[in-house]
Amino acid sequence: MQQTHKQKRLSAWSTPILLIAVLLVFVLLIAVLGDNSLARMAAQTMIRVVFVVGLWIFVGNSGVVSFGHVGYMAIGAYCSAWLTLKPQMKGMFLPDLWSFLANAEWPVLPAAIVSGLLAALVALVSGAAILRLTGIAASIATFAFLAIVHTVYSSWEGVTGATSSVVGLTRYADHWVTLGWAVAAILVASIYANSASGLALRATREDEVAASASGIDMYRHRLLALVVSAFFTGVAGALFGHSLGVLNPNSFYLGVTFITLAMLVVGGIGSLTGAVTGVLVLSILIEVLVRMERGVELGGTNLALPAGAQEILIGIVMILVLILRPTGLSGGRELRLRLGGRRPN
Amino acid sequence: MNAIPQLFFDAMSLGGIYAMAALGIALIFGVMNLVNFAHGEYIAFCVFALIVPSTDAVAVLFLGKAPALLLIPILLALGAAIAVASEFVVFRHMRKATPVAMMISSFALGFVIQNSLLLIYGSRPKAISLWPDLNKPVSVIGASVPLLQIIVILATLVVVVALALLLKKTKIGLEMRAAAENFTMARLLGVRANVVITGAFALSGALAAAVAMIMVTQTGVADIRMGGQIMLVAFIATVIGGLGSLPGAVAAGFLIGAASVILQAFLPLDARPFRDAFLYTFVIVILLVRPQGLFAAHSAKPRV
Repeated sequence: MQQTHKQKRLSAWSTPILLIAVLLVFVLLIAVLGDNSLARMAAQTMIRVVFVVGLWIFVGNSGVVSFGHVGYMAIGAYCSAWLTLKPQMKGMFLPDLWSFLANAEWPVLPAAIVSGLLAALVALVSGAAILRLTGIAASIATFAFLAIVHTVYSSWEGVTGATSSVVGLTRYADHWVTLGWAVAAILVASIYANSASGLALRATREDEVAASASGIDMYRHRLLALVVSAFFTGVAGALFGHSLGVLNPNSFYLGVTFITLAMLVVGGIGSLTGAVTGVLVLSILIEVLVRMERGVELGGTNLALPAGAQEILIGIVMILVLILRPTGLSGGRELRLRLGGRRPN
Repeated sequence: MNAIPQLFFDAMSLGGIYAMAALGIALIFGVMNLVNFAHGEYIAFCVFALIVPSTDAVAVLFLGKAPALLLIPILLALGAAIAVASEFVVFRHMRKATPVAMMISSFALGFVIQNSLLLIYGSRPKAISLWPDLNKPVSVIGASVPLLQIIVILATLVVVVALALLLKKTKIGLEMRAAAENFTMARLLGVRANVVITGAFALSGALAAAVAMIMVTQTGVADIRMGGQIMLVAFIATVIGGLGSLPGAVAAGFLIGAASVILQAFLPLDARPFRDAFLYTFVIVILLVRPQGLFAAHSAKPRV
């Protein structure tokens, strides 16, 4: 009994290592074989991995669907812009910033970390209220949170530039930097999932009443998971800004919320493997369809999908996956090495 | 010009639109625990069915040219048709899926409908004039109110009363209420699940069509994105009202409409762009005070 327990603990650690290996192979292949546009796609994919793995830390373990994480992403993205943009530019475009932020010209890595921390702090405050709710009411409250962040960031002219975009961010977030953050997110996610708090939280996901009867304080574990999760979604926001070089509040609203949740659900909400699988599968599918929209040369004729067909097909694929495999591609299981021979029953 | 009645009519007519949209979402949630995010796109679909497919900026009326007596039933039927079709194509195959999976697939369905409209009609908002005469103001108890607002308020009342009669007095209504209370039990007692669900979708789609007609007449614009915003508010109203409770959805729709009109009128000028932020904070506060919603259905309480 002791023996099998030890083996299980060990084999649980093989999941992050395998997932990291998969991402490494993906990025290496693209770096060696691909062109610039593929490298950009790889960076976008890794940013989505950071975001969706961050989202999974909360949603996967607690079972509460959150629509609000894109709000944390926006907070991280704008924070990194405030910290790293040149003071002259901020003076021109964001005149109402506090003098501390207006004069800041931080290196990119500390800025990304502080952006994540700010998102985590906001999560602590907003979560302290929202997580008193359970079930669908909690999901709606996260939706309301997203709408609040979106309204504030698209109206606060002097601080966020409102609906006119913030431009001139250094574009340092290439595929290697983002891969580094994706690795960090996967490691932290599996450390959390295998920790006492992670186990307790998954117990509440399966049965709230039984878990609380066993002495689990659901509120505390949910809040902890939300804070950790918001840190990585905040960092994903910072990376997003620094990969495009442009920020606009409208890029942090329903569209991203939808596509990232879809990735999580298509991959399988119940496991970390599912989160990573969902991002890779849908990102590759999107890239293939975008290229097909541009047209493929076949025997001298240019075959192209009509513009907009990409989104329609993505939607149809998602519905099909959900109908055929309601628990997602991974079916809630983790990718892991079996250690020590036969699996005990 | 009398400010208070004016505010009252604004609040009631906005609330009426929200209430009708919220009813459409609550009906379906009640019978099958599905939060239907595609509802907003049903509204957009009905709006665009009024005009000739093209990507030009000025819309040419197509269905919209029909006389009102013909147009209203056709559009209601069309809304019901797309809702029932989506049930047949997507949700019928997901009877055993978790509510989260169903919610995401309704999101995906909305995405497909929205992008199909985008493909056919282009992304520019179009000017469209359906029944322009209804926006002429008439004077009621000292306030000058567009005729449409009065029609909206009356229409909401008619819809709510008709729905209440349908649910209380007819067989299908009884079956729907039974299904909303306890779906498994209702089936065991011989309620035909698929009939009830199809009926709920048809009603919900017809409500979407009614919202579409009102919005087009009021704003004079057909925009692909018009469904999204109202869907969000309706969805929130359904939850505040108590998921599964139809009177709750109506009351919460009016409450949100009234709150946003009042905020718009009384917030200081500097804070007005942030109106929605105040509105949604208010929503979170209500949820914190009453997590099951204002009118929680009996079945909403988890039993241990």
